[in-house]
Amino acid sequence: MVDATLEALAIAGGSRRRSALRKAMQRKSTIAFLMTLPLILLVVLLVLYPAFYSIHLATLNKSMERFVGVGNFLFLFKRETFWMVVQQSCIFAITAVIFKALFGFIVAHFVHNIPSRGQRKWRGMLLVPWVIPPAMSCLAWLWLFDPSYSAFNWVLDKISIGPVAWTGDAYWARFSVILVNVWIGAPFFMIMYLAALKSVPEQLYEAAAIDGANWWQRMWYVTLPMMRNIMAITALFSLIVTFANFDIVRILTAGGPIDRTHVFATWAFWIGIQGNDIPLGASVSLFMVPILTVAAVFILRDIHRRASEMS
Amino acid sequence: MTAAAITTQARPRRRYGSMSRDRRWALRWSYFFLTVFAIFFLMPPVYMLITSLKTSAEISSATNPWWVYHPTLGNYIELLSSSQYLTFFRNSALVSVIVVTITMLISVPAAFALARMRFWGSTALATGVFLTYLIPETLLFIPLFKMFALVNEYTGIELINRWWVLLLLYPTLTVPFCTWIMIGYFASIPKELDEAALMDGANYRQILTRVFIPVALPGLIAATIFAFTVSWAQFLYPLAFTTSADQLVLPVGIVTSLIKGDVFNWGQIMTGALLGAAPPLIIYAFLMDYYIAGLTAGATKG
Repeated sequence: MVDATLEALAIAGGSRRRSALRKAMQRKSTIAFLMTLPLILLVVLLVLYPAFYSIHLATLNKSMERFVGVGNFLFLFKRETFWMVVQQSCIFAITAVIFKALFGFIVAHFVHNIPSRGQRKWRGMLLVPWVIPPAMSCLAWLWLFDPSYSAFNWVLDKISIGPVAWTGDAYWARFSVILVNVWIGAPFFMIMYLAALKSVPEQLYEAAAIDGANWWQRMWYVTLPMMRNIMAITALFSLIVTFANFDIVRILTAGGPIDRTHVFATWAFWIGIQGNDIPLGASVSLFMVPILTVAAVFILRDIHRRASEMS
Repeated sequence: MTAAAITTQARPRRRYGSMSRDRRWALRWSYFFLTVFAIFFLMPPVYMLITSLKTSAEISSATNPWWVYHPTLGNYIELLSSSQYLTFFRNSALVSVIVVTITMLISVPAAFALARMRFWGSTALATGVFLTYLIPETLLFIPLFKMFALVNEYTGIELINRWWVLLLLYPTLTVPFCTWIMIGYFASIPKELDEAALMDGANYRQILTRVFIPVALPGLIAATIFAFTVSWAQFLYPLAFTTSADQLVLPVGIVTSLIKGDVFNWGQIMTGALLGAAPPLIIYAFLMDYYIAGLTAGATKG
């Protein structure tokens, strides 16, 4: 006690206190900086640098000796496969995200509907596709889609529907890729929507019921507005993940038949790593940036808005 | 008069009865559709299990593929005694455990500093970390591949085709997300708690290890599970960066080594895939609540 008062007296002198304070501040920010240094190094060296390096790579020729400017991009624009890849990537991502959101929404409602002691069990079961490593579950799907031993075709055969070339025919292959995408991603939506549903205050539904709202009105005027934020951000996250996805297409179809299911990631891998044309591969993957940026901007805006609402 | 009394009495009761009947039907429909969805969601893993219990002869026979007539553990025995598969498993386990450790060592102090010690640029850095999480690995693997090839050219350190190169690559996927959710968990701890610790003369290291880590333990567990699941499941980086059979991790090992040319040994592939899916599934089965908390925290916190 005496020590403390003595200390307080000692640092009472104006300038001395300020410099001591400044030193403490300096020390604190130094410690903080050192604590974040590994993170900063990791992000700068292994994320930011490669991201900009890939722009540099995209301007070189195949042997990486000569600067060709936008030559690689112009070359890509002239190739039919490139436009197919653009189209397929967008179709896969948009369709898959819509169906994931739809399935997730429906399943979340059913889970929310049943007595709460049973919910845990169902939720646990329905999240399994999200937990299994995608490479492993895609192998199972590949086997289910097998041209000669497809277990689906066996069932279809029993109800006399001809065999479906799940991965052999261009349209069925696209359907299969979207189906597997939805299978893996829908549980994530389900969990997010379930969390959102649980956060809607019960009083709002009671008030709506007293006002005579029917099921649709309760859904449209209470549930959806309360969930809008979570729905939007989940969809944006999923859009990024689905758009940049590699595993599913790579294992199910490897881009085939005749490039009809290639997306940016798999085509970039095919050209850059397997075809050994690193600059062209880098150019292909750079085409993912615009759509990713748009999604990222919307996500950030939402996060900033929520942060400012809270403070 | 009596009739009127009876009808007025009966009407509300009937309405009440119909409401509960509606509710019962809604419940039945919910269970029905949940069962349908559960069948759809669980079909591939169940089919993995079915196939893994079959012999090659039964797989290629024309019998019902959804039923096992002669169950056998042959595939499991064969795989678990094959040194190649055990190498994949060991590589995967080593990579995942070390990556989880690295991730926690980097992201926990960083999250603490970003959540509690305001310094120049700390908000911008937090946003930057989140943005990094949004950059997919499919954008970075080609420049990283070239970078590592250049490192080899200049220093002679061979990075391509070594399993430990994954220890450099995986943290780029795990650290941003783990830092992000740990910032959320740390920020939710009341300021009074660390002020009290400061008054008692604790330094920052002590505040972190004695106050923050114990209080934010659920978040820490969620982040650990996430880091483990991501490193266990990652497919693109090992596929691009490792090629020799003894350097492969499980997902790539199964895809590249069990498929020999056009010969698909499906019994073994399914067994390998099921065993490969087992560690995340087991962790999930025991720590489901933490898993789900981490999943929802990523988008809802902040």
